[in-house]
Amino acid sequence: MDHPIKRDHARFRKIVKGKIRDNLRKYVSQGSQIIPKGTDKFTVPMPSIDIPRFRFGDKSQGGMGQGQGQAGDPVDGKEDPNGQPGQGEAGEGEGNKELDVELSLEELARILGEELELPNIEPKGKKSLHSVVDRYTNIGTTGPDSLRHLRRTYKQALRRQIATDAYDPENPAVIPIRRDFRYRAADVKVEMQNAAVVIYMMDVSGSMGDEQKEIVRTESFWINLWLKSQYKDIEIRYIIHDATAKEVDEHTFFRTRESGGTLISSAYNLCKEIIEKDYNPNEWNIYPFHFSDGDNWSADDTKLCLDLLDKVILPVSNVFCYGQVESRYGSGQFYKDLTAKYGTGAEKLILSKIKNKEGILDSIKEFLGKGK
Amino acid sequence: MNRSKPITGELLALKDEIEGYAIEAGLDFFPQVFEVCDYDTINILAAQGGFPSRYPHWKFGMDYDQLSKGYAYGLQKIYEMVINTDPCYAYLLQANNWVDQKIVMAHVYGHNDFFKNNAWFSNTNRKMMDVMANHGTKIRRYMERYGADAVETFIDKVLSLENLLDINELFETSSLKRHRLEQEEQQKVESEDDGYLIDDRSQALKSFMRTQARMNKKEEQKPQEEEHLVAEKPLGSKTKDVLGYLIRYAPIEEWQADIIGILREEAYYFLPQRMTKIMNEGWASYWHSSIMTRKALDASEIVDFADKHAGVMAMSRQNINPYKVGIELLRDIEYRWDRGMFGKEYNECTDMKEKLHWDRKLGKGREKIFEVRKSHNDISFIDEFLTPDFCDRQQLFTYKYNPRTGRFEIDSKDFQAIKQKLLSQLTNFGQPIIEVEDGNYGNRKELLLNHVHYGVDLDVNFANETLRNLYSIWRRPVNLKTKYEEKEVIFHFDGREFKTQH
Repeated sequence: MDHPIKRDHARFRKIVKGKIRDNLRKYVSQGSQIIPKGTDKFTVPMPSIDIPRFRFGDKSQGGMGQGQGQAGDPVDGKEDPNGQPGQGEAGEGEGNKELDVELSLEELARILGEELELPNIEPKGKKSLHSVVDRYTNIGTTGPDSLRHLRRTYKQALRRQIATDAYDPENPAVIPIRRDFRYRAADVKVEMQNAAVVIYMMDVSGSMGDEQKEIVRTESFWINLWLKSQYKDIEIRYIIHDATAKEVDEHTFFRTRESGGTLISSAYNLCKEIIEKDYNPNEWNIYPFHFSDGDNWSADDTKLCLDLLDKVILPVSNVFCYGQVESRYGSGQFYKDLTAKYGTGAEKLILSKIKNKEGILDSIKEFLGKGK
Repeated sequence: MNRSKPITGELLALKDEIEGYAIEAGLDFFPQVFEVCDYDTINILAAQGGFPSRYPHWKFGMDYDQLSKGYAYGLQKIYEMVINTDPCYAYLLQANNWVDQKIVMAHVYGHNDFFKNNAWFSNTNRKMMDVMANHGTKIRRYMERYGADAVETFIDKVLSLENLLDINELFETSSLKRHRLEQEEQQKVESEDDGYLIDDRSQALKSFMRTQARMNKKEEQKPQEEEHLVAEKPLGSKTKDVLGYLIRYAPIEEWQADIIGILREEAYYFLPQRMTKIMNEGWASYWHSSIMTRKALDASEIVDFADKHAGVMAMSRQNINPYKVGIELLRDIEYRWDRGMFGKEYNECTDMKEKLHWDRKLGKGREKIFEVRKSHNDISFIDEFLTPDFCDRQQLFTYKYNPRTGRFEIDSKDFQAIKQKLLSQLTNFGQPIIEVEDGNYGNRKELLLNHVHYGVDLDVNFANETLRNLYSIWRRPVNLKTKYEEKEVIFHFDGREFKTQH
């Protein structure tokens, strides 16, 4: 049995998660607060949930210290390279403790899911990818010695001895013979795997500023988080475009700023090529996301885009998401064009306008709220 | 839940050896029990204040979370835990190396001696292990009966007031108690009021019966009491024992009164340790240092010992390290009393050179520090033995916040300033002094608390949140009189909003 403190710990975790849930909007709109740690852990800083007490205000109190220095020297040690880090003891510090809470990807995704009431995604292409897993849950009569199941072996031997009347309660020696031996054996299990690919496309033309990119970055962080929790295998590809498009890594994706015109079709073309080359729609769940400020160079190009969407991208995608980030320079025309063609309730196309950082959470809900 | 086991073999032999040195040195201690455990267990124990079994509450989980992480990241490590019980239990970390175990054992005998002999511990319940476990059982039962959430929420509120204690409650010697009981008995006869019997030992149990008695009485006396209501004197008299006051006068259920009683008893149990941090750690460090360097240490272990000892003694520019200040002050006292550097003659001597080489060969140092450990707490310890020389040698200073640079800066190295600061930090075990002033404030059954202001303001946000919790127990508006930014103010909370009255 676990120590009762595990219950206290679980209770603490529950309270903490509740707090994060309550403040999710703040965490989402302030982007960089949640720090990934490794691949599937996150550190969430949160104000202490300590019990309030009557206590002295920090600043008016000041304090006492020990060491070299003259009046006026700062005590926080920055000026003192020789300062030894104090070991000492932790004591019952009553300071403003900031809690760093560690959450797994699943936990964080669950908080997002609960808060936004996101439905689970119904993946397609279940049949195609599967893997075989061995689980040692069975018992067999043959096997290597290293897998011998001692208890079962002795039970078998005892059973045999009793049955053949060879068992003597006065001298309860149980000696297994060859045919008593039992071994752990593997059960072969077929586990379905569903794989997904997310293809992010972003307009990096002159009109997309840092703030817009920050919004895209934050939004993609949460979208990735959710999709990662839904799919076992996920690949993420990044495309940036102005008048031409190219595939880049994550780092470049969020940090590039180009100037010049915008041809959205260039990105859609590249997206199409990537899908055709690497991702068979029967096996993959495909999620293209496109973020832009809605400016496109010409009506002709927009027509080309709609064509590409219609003929190639929409049929192979689970859902195509277009997020339009409001910018001072963008006209927002592309959103209107898409609405004109597909309406707002289209089956495989989700449109969302993101006004500012506060709008991110709602936009995430629009994208993921359909469970596709 | 036994996750630690008694020491055996080499460690047991080591214990006998160290115990021998401790006896030789004149330490007087409870029977000592050492157990070893792994780091997870010691983290659990530390999170639970040293006790293997506590009532269920998330704060233990929070502390456990922090300790585990601290250990996992290599930021901190607990070498030992020692509990003030008879017999005295101490836990050793299995993974400690040999020298660590030696230091820890020697250190523990210091604590054990201190627990047994220091006056402030004279009334502590030494069977706290069982009491804590019983508290756990009781609160679990309340949780089954009234719902885990309701009980936990209530505990949250009470913990919010847990630091509002009256150190005089610790003083209650048996004769004082008898005297008080007699008085109260008399009062009871006189005023027909219910008697509030204080018995430190089983406060929690008593509280249960007491509230029940009170309820019954109330039922009977209702008509009479209502008559009295208008003319009634302020409830009770001024007290710093806020929790005790609430048990007595707040309109709460039996189980709630019992919970306050339980938490109050535990808070008072830990109080002497909070009041003697510097002395206790100093004393234990003095003895581990003395036993190790004179007796227990093998030549090959000296570097390891010096390293560990220096780590424990590390000075910090932002905090006083109680181990360091404690051990140095004790050594200073021993030195001074060995050489007779005290008293009128020494103090009035103006010849610096003579003072420096003063030696009357008294040899009373050891005797003196044993006496000090018996009768002082941190405040009287500092007040009586801190000297300008000592402050100088120890490079003590005070610091304060400089709003211009936004940093904390060294303020003063002056003896009086240092002593003042240190004493004010230690006053009321470092907590603001808050007392109940009136339970019928404005004749509206409002509660009025008074913060005895010694120059440091309260943290307003925390104060407001605490008032909110207090309100949910008192169930009538609550007020806190204090000074804020040099002005007299009353913080007021009526269940809906906060008001500040100037």
